[in-house]
Amino acid sequence: MSNTPTSDSLITTDVQTESTDRSAVSGATAVAARDLNVYYGDEQAIDDVSIEIPEKRVTALIGPSGCGKSTFLRCINRMNDMIDVCRVEGDVEFGGKNVYDDDVDPVALRRKIGMVFQKPNPFPKSIRDNVAYGLEIQGFDGDVDARVEESLKGAALWDEVKDQLDSSGLDLSGGQQQRLCIARAIAPDPEVILMDEPTSALDPVAASKIEDLIDDLAEEYTVIIVTHNMQQAARISDRTAVFLTGGRLVEYDDTTKIFEDPEEQRVEDYITGKFG
Amino acid sequence: MTDSTESPDLQRRSGLRRLKEGTYGGLFAACAAATLLTTVAIFVTLLSDAVVFFQEIPIAEFLTGTNWSPNPAGGGQAFGIIPLLIGTLVVTITAAVIALPVGTLTAIYLSEYATPNARSILKPLLEILAGIPTVVYGYFALVYITPALKATLFPEMSTFNALSASIMVGIMTIPMVSSISEDAMSAVPDELRQAGYGLGATKFEVSTGIVVPASVSGIASSYILAVSRAIGETMIVVVAMGAQARMPAVREAAFGIPYINPADILLESGMTITVAMVQIAGGDLTGGTIPYDSMFALGLTLFVVTLVMNVLSDIIAERYREEY
Ligand SMILES: Nc1ncnc2c1ncn2[C@@H]1O[C@H](COP(=O)(O)OP(=O)(O)O)[C@@H](O)[C@H]1O
Ligand SMILES: [Mg+2]
Repeated sequence: MSNTPTSDSLITTDVQTESTDRSAVSGATAVAARDLNVYYGDEQAIDDVSIEIPEKRVTALIGPSGCGKSTFLRCINRMNDMIDVCRVEGDVEFGGKNVYDDDVDPVALRRKIGMVFQKPNPFPKSIRDNVAYGLEIQGFDGDVDARVEESLKGAALWDEVKDQLDSSGLDLSGGQQQRLCIARAIAPDPEVILMDEPTSALDPVAASKIEDLIDDLAEEYTVIIVTHNMQQAARISDRTAVFLTGGRLVEYDDTTKIFEDPEEQRVEDYITGKFG
Repeated sequence: MTDSTESPDLQRRSGLRRLKEGTYGGLFAACAAATLLTTVAIFVTLLSDAVVFFQEIPIAEFLTGTNWSPNPAGGGQAFGIIPLLIGTLVVTITAAVIALPVGTLTAIYLSEYATPNARSILKPLLEILAGIPTVVYGYFALVYITPALKATLFPEMSTFNALSASIMVGIMTIPMVSSISEDAMSAVPDELRQAGYGLGATKFEVSTGIVVPASVSGIASSYILAVSRAIGETMIVVVAMGAQARMPAVREAAFGIPYINPADILLESGMTITVAMVQIAGGDLTGGTIPYDSMFALGLTLFVVTLVMNVLSDIIAERYREEY
């Protein structure tokens, strides 16, 4: 194992680490976890994680598979509630409130936190109905068609589908389907968007479109994205959290710092592909 | 492993193996052909004997006649299908009104709400319900449902009546609707539910707004099957509804508008097409008489009704299909 990190050995080549003017550290906190522990039955999936995720930034969660990235993400909008064996201890703060408090309605919470999944999962409905679904269940009383258009534009899909809004969302290509899912997630105007490996089922061209889109989304939303693709994390995120086996958050810092000069040897080894 | 230098044997096997493959293929094809042939044979028999009947009784008379008495003691034979159609329709509609909603809701419960434990108890129970011989349902209707209804809601109800029979036919078809619909709902990928929950949908909204629409083809086929089953049900109807081909009284509302009081049908005995056929088949008639041939005309009518229904529901299912 090398003892002095040379910048060559890190994934900085080919990667321009953030060229936008979003300065990474300033700004308010959108989501924070404090002493978070998550168990599936007896098995611990998240081990004492504390983290503050900034508002209107892209925060990437990286780490080897099985280290608890998805579990952490699902704690934020309480999607873990639906897994019977899953037990959560500690706080997840959103909007100044612990989302695990008794008086928090997970349904109301999820209306403020959109989610995009690994595999594109549009409903077997028309493109319009897909985007309008969230508005419909939330009793949106504005102009639905205008909001559908706005959301599709926000997801960089409008030009491709504006003439076929009534055809099935499933007739689209994989990349378009995923952008449809993003449009569906932003239509109800959430504050945070969670993405769990949103490009891992897509080809490189479709993936890069989503990456560009994520950059735009961060102007309005707090984006928290799980990815196992380190180049992707380096390209699109402002902050990076590195999880390692056992559900431990090992290092969390500005993305440039993580990829150029990580504090932890284990993180460096992981990023340079020495393990994981 | 044996000697590894030996090259693999890629030689085409001749003789026995190929003969065996050919035999299997032939066997499967023969089974498929037998099914098809039986269906065709049934249809041809129905058609040819019905044609003989229609040479004696004009189709128009058969389809519009309001009197069904194929074997009257005193003479005055009549072959009007209307009273039988009314009987069949009433039983089918009433049964459907019970079975379709209850079966669908049961399916939603089993697929979306029930814990694995509850499901593992309820599913086999429903299957048992589907396996009870229909004659048992018939007696249950006659011995329990009719007296219960008579004692509470409808004191003037006759012992043999359409309502009890229809309720029982409905109950009998619930498992058919629930089990096929549940299969369709369980096949909906979990990712779609996750997407719904992620948008802040409640369990109810996910079930009714995502799962049910996504499984509508399966649900529709369960409905078709249940309704076809209700149309064809005979035993329950014979036992609980009796076998009186009767026309309901046409009454007059204000301004002379004619109407039929549903109670005149539901609370009274009646006859369905299938029961009429059973009655003829059970009598000591032999081939070549008009009543005997009328059985085939009735059968053909049933066949056509079921066929039209199947085609219609296919069209409906195709229209509202949400595929994933
Ligand atoms: N539904 C579940 N039931 C039981 N164990 C689970 C479940 N989901 C995840 N796990 C376990 O929790 C750990 C973390 O999983 P996950 O959060 O999916 O990791 P990642 O997304 O980083 O690959 C793994 O050991 C996994 O086996
Ligand atoms: Mg994962």
